[in-house]
Amino acid sequence: MEPEVVLQVKNLKTYFTTSKGTAKAVDGVDFTLHKGETLGIVGESGCGKSMTSLSLLRLIPSPPGKIVDGEILLNNKDIVTMKEDELRKVRGNQISMIFQEPMTSLNPIIPVGEQIAETVRLHQRLSRKAAWQKAVDLLELVGLPSPEKRAKQEPFQLSGGMRQRVMIAMALACTPEVLIADEPTTALDVTIQAQILELMKDLQKQIGMSIIFITHDLGVVSEVCDQVAVMYAGQVVEHRSARDLFNSPLHPYTQGLLASLPKIHENQEELQTIEGAVPSPYDYPAGCRFADRCQHARAICRAEAPVLEAVGGTESKVRCFMYTEKWETAAEEEEVLCP
Amino acid sequence: MFLFIVKRLVQIVPVILGVTLVVFLIMQMVPGDPAAILAGEGASQETIEQYREDLGLNRPVLQQYVSYVGNVFQGDLGNSLKNKQPVLDEIMLRLPITMELAFYSILITIVLGLGAGIISAVKPYSIRDVSVMVIALLGISLPSFWLGLLLMYVFSVKLHWLPVAGWDGPLNIILPAVTLGLGGAAIVARMTRSSMLDVIGQDYIRTARAKGLKEHFVIYKHALRNALIPVITVVGLQFGSLLGGTVLIESVFAINGLGRMIVDAIRTRDLPMVQGGVLVASLVFVFVNLLVDVLYRAVNKRIDLN
Amino acid sequence: MSVMEKEPILEVNHLKQYFPLKKESLFSPKQTVKAVDDISFKLYPGETLSIVGESGCGKSTTGRSILRLDEPTEGEVLFNGASMTSLSKKELREMRGDIQVIFQDPYASLNPRQTIRKMLQEAMTIQNVMPKKQMEARMLELMSLVGLRPEYLERYPHEFSGGQRQRIGIARALCVNPKVIICDEAVSALDVSIQAQIINLLKRMQRDLDLTFLFISHDLSVVRHISDRVIVMYLGSIVEIADKDSLFDRPSHPYTRALLSAIPSTDEQQKKTRIILKGDVPSPINPPTGCRFHTRCPFATDLCKTDVPELRALTPTHKVACHYAETLLSSPPV
Repeated sequence: MEPEVVLQVKNLKTYFTTSKGTAKAVDGVDFTLHKGETLGIVGESGCGKSMTSLSLLRLIPSPPGKIVDGEILLNNKDIVTMKEDELRKVRGNQISMIFQEPMTSLNPIIPVGEQIAETVRLHQRLSRKAAWQKAVDLLELVGLPSPEKRAKQEPFQLSGGMRQRVMIAMALACTPEVLIADEPTTALDVTIQAQILELMKDLQKQIGMSIIFITHDLGVVSEVCDQVAVMYAGQVVEHRSARDLFNSPLHPYTQGLLASLPKIHENQEELQTIEGAVPSPYDYPAGCRFADRCQHARAICRAEAPVLEAVGGTESKVRCFMYTEKWETAAEEEEVLCP
Repeated sequence: MFLFIVKRLVQIVPVILGVTLVVFLIMQMVPGDPAAILAGEGASQETIEQYREDLGLNRPVLQQYVSYVGNVFQGDLGNSLKNKQPVLDEIMLRLPITMELAFYSILITIVLGLGAGIISAVKPYSIRDVSVMVIALLGISLPSFWLGLLLMYVFSVKLHWLPVAGWDGPLNIILPAVTLGLGGAAIVARMTRSSMLDVIGQDYIRTARAKGLKEHFVIYKHALRNALIPVITVVGLQFGSLLGGTVLIESVFAINGLGRMIVDAIRTRDLPMVQGGVLVASLVFVFVNLLVDVLYRAVNKRIDLN
Repeated sequence: MSVMEKEPILEVNHLKQYFPLKKESLFSPKQTVKAVDDISFKLYPGETLSIVGESGCGKSTTGRSILRLDEPTEGEVLFNGASMTSLSKKELREMRGDIQVIFQDPYASLNPRQTIRKMLQEAMTIQNVMPKKQMEARMLELMSLVGLRPEYLERYPHEFSGGQRQRIGIARALCVNPKVIICDEAVSALDVSIQAQIINLLKRMQRDLDLTFLFISHDLSVVRHISDRVIVMYLGSIVEIADKDSLFDRPSHPYTRALLSAIPSTDEQQKKTRIILKGDVPSPINPPTGCRFHTRCPFATDLCKTDVPELRALTPTHKVACHYAETLLSSPPV
């Protein structure tokens, strides 16, 4: 049986208008998140993954940012068109979020327990005392040692790993349906990262929420995600199960990305690279945005923009002409043009 | 924290020495002979010399200074050259008036400054923000004595709403306090605005919004308290220039406070009076700054660690 | 290995770097952060020796102490057999031409008001590498070497992307013909595809210019790719030092094992055997007694709590500081 769809994003576009022009940070993103699933959104800096995650809760700094088009359907209700007070009931309650920098994401002068209790009081109408107790319980749940003492401390008294646990406790306070984790372990050391990833997997099993995991680290994606959406230049270029993606990447960009990773378990002479640079978000090319860096590119790639579509009746989706019928025709045409 | 306060109290001693030295030297360099002024116009050279002898003004400068400092540390600020009364008594009479004026002024500075700053920061670059900031800029640019005269002309002379000068009732406080507080309010407003804008851009404000908090909670509970930390320092410094401002304002509004006392004493070359007045004013400033630092540490526990 | 037979180009002996802490109150005892606590190692010409570890392990401090960016508290550093720790400021400046450094964030170390040309010229003039006339040709050569277009010489640092800035940082390090380059997290801030470009560039430079690298990094995958030998540090001391293959195939210190197993991998088979360490790294102000790792070590015994394990050789090219390294080695590898 097909699992229930929790969140569906359709043609999401978030643009930033500055004196330099309009930056299309998120430019037509589509994905679907199922119940209990972990979806990884990966890509390099500037690909729009973080802006996508912020758009989901309408946390884009505005001005200059604005969601200009698209739908974000949470249980078939559109977040994009929601009224402010309705939106506030979604934030921290149905969808909650943890951020990359545990150092700066907590208020430096408020005890961490209060920062959690505040969320509980807000969404669950508990008394001050009950909310505080709940905060302490949550800190215990995320494995913070001596939670009663820690709850009264301010963030600077905690280590980076502990702060990220606090962030997680805060995000889980109202047992959300969707947890958005934006690079939650990037600022942490590997042994602490391993602890936090393990914790998130455990909690997901207990609570049964869906997770959107935003990261640049393909290793982390492979560890925690069921589904992966690879982003490039403001769009999703490949969306499929993690296993398929890592075993046989389809999009040339994904292939290049995986090949350029140094491997921990084998010796390599030279690393593969993707030559060239990401196009500017102020001025994307008309055709495929990866064409200039792609070794397979044909004339059609520069002339026409490919769409994200399923490959040959599978669940896997890719934005590339190589997997469409047009590809062979394009080859023939090219031969006619340059015999 | 205790160690910190003790340390700061000890640091006050060199400050006192420095202030006495500077004031002493300046008064030595200012033209005009106190003995001659005291002896009155047309007094004979002998009378003047007699005065000089009585006042100990013919001793070497260094000796005068050392004996003065010695007395200061015993709580004796000397006697006024003019009426022979102890300087400390005169100061104790006048200080409360100035402190009252300073209190209301700083209150205006804080309330108006914070309010305007927050209003601006919540909607940056809006018409509201721009107009508040233009007014603030004017507030900083206008000299306070001119503003004082202007307010006096409008509210007292033309509208007859408030008394022109003096220090007889609560209504008298309004004009001088407003005059004195406005400049500071403008500076505090600008500081609050930039501090608020800085804090509103921080990650933890985004976290607060992501929790689903109402915007005014985000602003007042999460942003303002953090934004106040640098503002506290500015208010402390503002108190200093405010004390300096009393010298002008008390003269403009004919208030018998410490500031006016110093001005009068300078005019008559009443050396001990000037020294005593400046010293006490400095001490008040130093203690207010100590208070501010303690407050700053209480709000921002992190700096205790570094 | 053949490199070991040569004379070391850089030798670090019993290096200690302590930082005093400001006292919290009048009566509290004086505290010091023991950032680097008695480490020794040798760097041989032409090799890449990496130092890995988590934040606070002292790997970056080690690099800074060698360069005397921080004055070492104790110990000595020998460059080609001559002591660097006793050099005067002037001699040190000359020596800095031989040892260059590339930082994580090249932007922070580039003067924003200087064009790349000006910056390279200045560096070469200070070190007096060559007559002014030859500089132009050298700069063009350097630019093509690091893969930047010659016209970029006229640009300012802010006009470049992160990867390009790192190339500039490399060009600046190379312009004075150094023998040793210390790379302090030089590729850590870069995206994978850019990171791969820079790693390839560094490897090519080493081959073509006969450079020696001290490569400081937290990223074990990168370290495996670039190193000949690897040092693992924990809380200011060396816990393991070995040939790359020996270290990655037979990690002998429990910390190294945990570190290796903690790395998220895209390889399906590697996901099963994860060692999750408990707790945080202890404070370097009061490091644990005995073996510094005993508080988090799954194999710790009473001996570990009291006795400091010495760094001892398991094989001629593999040293480890653990009382039970042999026993652990005979248990199945990670």
